[in-house]
Amino acid sequence: MKTNFKQLKEKLIESVLMLSGAATSITVVLIVFFLFIEGAGVFNRKPIDDGYLLVVNATNKVKTLQPSQVKDVFDKKITNWNQLGGENRPIVLFRTSDITEYYTEEELGANFEHFPEKINELIQKQPGIIAFFSDKYKSDKFSGKELDIDKVKVWEFLSGEEWFPTAQPIAQMGVKPLIYGTLWVSFGAILLALPIGLAAAIYLSEIAQKRTRSLLKPLIELLAGIPSVVYGFFGLVVIVPLIQEMFHLPVGETGLAGSVVLAIMALPTIITISEDAMRNTPRAMKEASLALGASKWQTIYKVVMPYSASGITAGAILGIGRAIGETMAVLMVTGNAAVIPNTLLAPVRTIPATIAAELGEAPNGGLHYEALFALGCILFLITFGINMLVELVTNRKAHKKQ
Amino acid sequence: MHKIESKNVNFFYGETQALHDISLSMKENTVTALIGPSGCGKSTYLRLLNRMNDLIDNTRMEGSILIDQKDIYQKNTNVDDLRKNVGMVFQKPNPFPKTIYENVAYGLRVNGVEDKNIIEERVITSIEQVALWDEVKDKLKKSAFELSGGQQQRLCIARALAIQPSVLLMDEPTSALDPISTSKVEELVHELKKKYTIVIVTHNMQQAARVSDNTAFFYMGKLIECDKTKTIFTKPAIQQTEDYITGRFG
Ligand SMILES: Nc1ncnc2c1ncn2[C@@H]1O[C@H](COP(=O)(O)OP(=O)(O)OP(=O)(O)O)[C@@H](O)[C@H]1O
Ligand SMILES: [Mg+2]
Repeated sequence: MKTNFKQLKEKLIESVLMLSGAATSITVVLIVFFLFIEGAGVFNRKPIDDGYLLVVNATNKVKTLQPSQVKDVFDKKITNWNQLGGENRPIVLFRTSDITEYYTEEELGANFEHFPEKINELIQKQPGIIAFFSDKYKSDKFSGKELDIDKVKVWEFLSGEEWFPTAQPIAQMGVKPLIYGTLWVSFGAILLALPIGLAAAIYLSEIAQKRTRSLLKPLIELLAGIPSVVYGFFGLVVIVPLIQEMFHLPVGETGLAGSVVLAIMALPTIITISEDAMRNTPRAMKEASLALGASKWQTIYKVVMPYSASGITAGAILGIGRAIGETMAVLMVTGNAAVIPNTLLAPVRTIPATIAAELGEAPNGGLHYEALFALGCILFLITFGINMLVELVTNRKAHKKQ
Repeated sequence: MHKIESKNVNFFYGETQALHDISLSMKENTVTALIGPSGCGKSTYLRLLNRMNDLIDNTRMEGSILIDQKDIYQKNTNVDDLRKNVGMVFQKPNPFPKTIYENVAYGLRVNGVEDKNIIEERVITSIEQVALWDEVKDKLKKSAFELSGGQQQRLCIARALAIQPSVLLMDEPTSALDPISTSKVEELVHELKKKYTIVIVTHNMQQAARVSDNTAFFYMGKLIECDKTKTIFTKPAIQQTEDYITGRFG
C-alpha cells in the first residue's frame, strides 16, 4: 500500500516535470513558427500600399516595373520611358495632389466628384504619364493601364540600402542599414566590453582579496538586473553629451553612444562568466606554474587564460548576444537614422530599435507590419547563430576536459 | 654547512596554528623524509620551503627559513627566483594541458630562456634524467594527458628538473602510483640525490627507509624527532616515534 502510494507520487512528479518541459518547448516552437509565418508574409506582397494604383497611358509598352525602378522614377532619377524598355518619351509624374495643376476646382467639383473622369481623361491625354492614386478614383470607363509591381524579393529586402517602409508610392524596405547598424553597434560594444570585462574578471578571480571579491561580485551581478531603460537614461544624460563634447559632433546620439551603453550592459555577463571560468582553473595547474618560477602574470596568461578560454568566449558571446537583442537603451541613444553607417560617430539604427519604434504605428497585418516581423526573423537568426556558437565553444570545452 | 635551515618556525592558518616551533635543517645532497600522521603539518612545512603557502589567504609565518644562508622570508626575497631554485613535485601528477615537450619547456620559457637549442637540449636531458625518454621520445608533441599516471608524475619531475633547481620538494609523489611506477620514482630519487637536496613527504614507512638519509617525524604540528633514517627506524629516541613507525597509532 505504502510503496504503491510512493510509486504513484513519483509518477505524478515525473509527469508534471515532463509536462512543463513539453509546454516550454512547444511555446518556443510556436513563437518561432508564428514569427516566421508573419515575417514571410512580406515576401508575398507588393511594396505598394493596399488600394493604390500605378497607372500609365494605354499605349505605353511597359507592363511591369521593379520596386526600385518605381522609386527611381518618382525620385526623377529615371526620366524617360526608354530607360525602362518603353518608347522614347519623357516621363510625366502624377500624384493625386498634382491634379490641381491640370484642372480647376470647378472642373473637379466641390467634393472632387469629377475626379475619376478627369484623371481618366488626363491619362488618355498624356502618353508619358505615370499616375499614383487610390483605386477609389478608378472610374467605370477607366481606360488607363495598371502597372504590375513585382513582389518584395528576399534578396532586395536583405541588400536594399534604404529603409523607408512608409514611403509612397513605393515602400523602401532595404534592411542593410539596419543590419549594419546592429552589427556595428554590437561590434563596437564587444570591442569595448571585452578588454574591460576580461581585466575585471582577472582582477576578481586572481588578484582581489576574498573580502573585496565578496563585495564586488554581487555588485556586478546586480548590474545585470538593472532595467535597460535605466541604462538608456544614463546613456542619454551622461554618455551622449560626453561623446558630443569629445568629438565635437553636432549630435551625440551616435552608434558609439549605443556601443558604450551596450558595453556597460554586456559587462556583467562577460565578467561573471569569465570569472567563473577562471576560478575553475584547477589549483594544481596554477601551483604547478608558480612552483616553476612563473610570475603571477605569466601564470595568468599562460595557464589561467588558456584554461578558461572557452568560458571567456562563451561569456563574450553571451554578453554580446544580449547586446544585439537590446532595444530600449539603444533606441534612446543611437539617433536612429536608418542609413548605412561608415563611422560609429554617426547616428545609426539597429534592428530591435526599429521594431520597437515602428511597430506601434504600423497598421496591423499591413506591409510595414509584416516587414517588421521579417526584421524580427533576421534578428532571431543572428542571435540563434550566436547561441549555436556558444554551444559549439562550450561543447568543445567539455570534450577537451575528458 | 646546511643547505636548508629552519629556525623556530610557527605557522598559522587564520587563528589555528599548524606548525609549532619547528627547527629543522638539511644538508646538501641528502634526502630528508617527512613522516607523520595525516594533518600533522608535513605539507604545510614543505610548502613553506618554496613559499607556496603565500598563495593561501590569511596565513602567517613566524621564525626564519634559510636556504643557502639566505632568509627566504625576507622582504626583498624574489619569490619567483626562489621557486626556480626550489623545485616542487606534487602529490597528484599535474601536467599542463599541453604537449609533453611544452610541459618540460614551460619552466624554461617563463624564466626567459628563448634559445631553441638550449630549450630542446634541456628538455631532452630532463626527460632522460627521469628515465622517461624511451617511453615518450616518439610522442613529444602529444598531449601530456596521454601518459599514464606514473609517466605523468615522472614528467612532472622532469619539468621541475628542467630549470635546474638545487632543492627538490616532493609531497607524497608516489601516493597515486602503482608499485612499479613507485619504485621507478624511488630509484630516481636515489639518483637525483647526487645533484639535489631533496625533501620528501611520505606515508610509506618502507619508502622513507629506502630513499632517505634523514627522517623527521611530525606529530600535531610539532617536530617530534629528526635523525638519521637508520636511527629513527631502529632505535628512535622518543616513544611516540617508535609507536608511529611500528604502526601502533596514526
Ligand atoms: N589551506 C588551509 N587552510 C586551513 N587549514 C589548513 C589548510 N591546509 C592545511 N590546513 C590544516 O593544517 C594542518 C596541517 O595540514 P597539512 O596539509 O600540512 O597536513 P599533512 O601532514 O600534509 O597531512 P596529509 O598527510 O594528510 O597530507 C591540518 O590540520 C589542516 O587541517
Ligand atoms: Mg600533505
